[in-house]
Amino acid sequence: MDKPVNNRAWWLVAPVFAIVAFSAIIPIMTVVNYSVQDTFGNNQFFWNGLGWFQELLDPSTELGGRFFAALWRNLLFSAIILAIEVPLGILVALSMPREGWRVAATLVTMALPLLIPWNVVGTIWQVFARADIGLLGYGLNALGINYNYTGDVFSAWVTIVVMDVWHWTSLVALLCYAGLKSIPDAYYQAARIDGASRWAVFTTIQLPKMKRVLLIAVLLRFMDSFMIYTEPFVLTGGGPGNATTFLSIDLVKLALGQFDLGKAAAMSLVYNLIVLALCWVFYTVMTHAGSERPDQGSAA
Amino acid sequence: MASITLDHLAHAYRPDPQGPQDYALKEINHVWRQGGAYALLGPSGCGKTTLLNIISGLVTPTQGRILFDGRDVTNLPTEARNIAQVFQFPVVYDTMTVRENLAFPLKNRHLPRETIAKRVEEIAARLDMSAALDRKASNLTADAKQKISLGRGLVRADVAAILFDEPLTVIDPHLKWQLRSTLKELHRALDLTMIYVTHDQTEALTFADTVVVMHDGAVVQTGSPEELFERPAHTFVGHFIGSPGMNVLPARVEGTTAHIGDVAVPLARAYPALPAGAKIELGVRPEFATLARAGTGLPVSVKRIDDIGRARIARIEIAGHPAAAMVPEGLSLDGDRAGLNLETRQIHIYAGGVLVPGEGGVG
Repeated sequence: MDKPVNNRAWWLVAPVFAIVAFSAIIPIMTVVNYSVQDTFGNNQFFWNGLGWFQELLDPSTELGGRFFAALWRNLLFSAIILAIEVPLGILVALSMPREGWRVAATLVTMALPLLIPWNVVGTIWQVFARADIGLLGYGLNALGINYNYTGDVFSAWVTIVVMDVWHWTSLVALLCYAGLKSIPDAYYQAARIDGASRWAVFTTIQLPKMKRVLLIAVLLRFMDSFMIYTEPFVLTGGGPGNATTFLSIDLVKLALGQFDLGKAAAMSLVYNLIVLALCWVFYTVMTHAGSERPDQGSAA
Repeated sequence: MASITLDHLAHAYRPDPQGPQDYALKEINHVWRQGGAYALLGPSGCGKTTLLNIISGLVTPTQGRILFDGRDVTNLPTEARNIAQVFQFPVVYDTMTVRENLAFPLKNRHLPRETIAKRVEEIAARLDMSAALDRKASNLTADAKQKISLGRGLVRADVAAILFDEPLTVIDPHLKWQLRSTLKELHRALDLTMIYVTHDQTEALTFADTVVVMHDGAVVQTGSPEELFERPAHTFVGHFIGSPGMNVLPARVEGTTAHIGDVAVPLARAYPALPAGAKIELGVRPEFATLARAGTGLPVSVKRIDDIGRARIARIEIAGHPAAAMVPEGLSLDGDRAGLNLETRQIHIYAGGVLVPGEGGVG
């Protein structure tokens, strides 16, 4: 097919380019500008070259130490919530009703946590989990379990993980449910005729058909959890100690608490690159897993 | 190997059927002979898929029994019946190769590995798919996928009947013919009962030796393609089979003469026992009605002549009622007046849509 070539079409992209420039490119360039300078306030800046980056990526320095500690915390947190939310979401989706009035009721109930703003979720759990007046915290202590999220590292982590699972498993479940609904009945009927067990139906029909929505679910949950800020900030403020200080919280402490603009700018750039790189890896791995080049002209 | 008996079978999707209008499938008694090639023919929504799903066990009938070789299987689940089914849209297990797809039903039944391997090779050879055995099934064309779904039924040595639910719907027209011949060959080679659901009369008439015509949840006629053509038991069968369908004209019968308006048609048989009050109709296929010069046969007026390639068909009116007739080679008409010759023995009389057997005459 002949495609007409007309370079004047580039002008049509100009408005978008202008908007993106103001919303993304110019702010990022300011950050790049800060990251190569040092300031002692008073709007005075001194050239520091790649100094901040060298310090940041060297774990033996103070800055590098806290950066890597926060990074591992972030990765651990993302790994834990993905390991819980994805299987749990699939399980919930599988047990959701497929027809009747229950469908609407379930969908609305499932969507409720998704509609609550982050800081409200943090506040809900902060009160709910308090050892002195919160139902959860008080109840656990009454059962003889030593639980105190402001003093105990393990309690704090458990609370943040449970809070995230409560908030976001619905998203994974709803996506999986949509994937399940798109499977024609003939597949289940054929599987019954072939004598497939429940487990075989899951692994040979449901899971492969859910692959695409699962990819989206994992990507969304990973990005979101890797950039988590509001909920742990409201719940624990990064404590006890630095036990729940994730990269985003550390960044705010560095930039707004200590006003170390250069260090913070370098950290946010590296943080940004890590997010981009990991998303690319996820996407590439999951889209290419087990796919073979299709035949020429075959209908998919 | 089994014959399948439907005994007073009926099904309603509503839990409390009140009258016949609530039944998707009205009471049916039928025996599917071992080794027969059957077609279940009818328009969409006539209950043929329901009947198929009852046989395969995906649907439990509201009433009646279904017997395999005299054994009651009405309440047996699908996987416990020796039945395979091929669906409208090809079902393949995406993550598996063709070989794994074919082996799947046997693996689920825990057969020894060597048996499975041997059986899969054998069926693949029959389906002409040996070369594709190690390809991913998801990347094949629709007709190859449909062959795999068929193959998953064929690998099972215990399968007595294979049910097809409009299996050629998504296949390209030029491959349909090919796949249908494959089916016929397999039927001859394997001595399996095949029940083939379709709304396409060509598919049904070329595939089956017995065609079951369904209409509005009930079986209206069971017979060979010739019987359906020459002696439609119901005006619906007359309309539905044949292109164009049978001419059905309101008539009044006296002795061995039918009157269509003021036109008298001689009949081969007498119909003394016609039910009073029922709508009486005369049916004759266009293939047995030949146009002639005006003045011979019955007087008709010609509206239009269609050339359909192998023949010319005239759209005519007999006493104001539309009908179709064949135009013989070399006939030239002037004006719209013409005559019509009917093959007297191929004229049927219907009361309330149902064929009435005549008395006397020949055949």
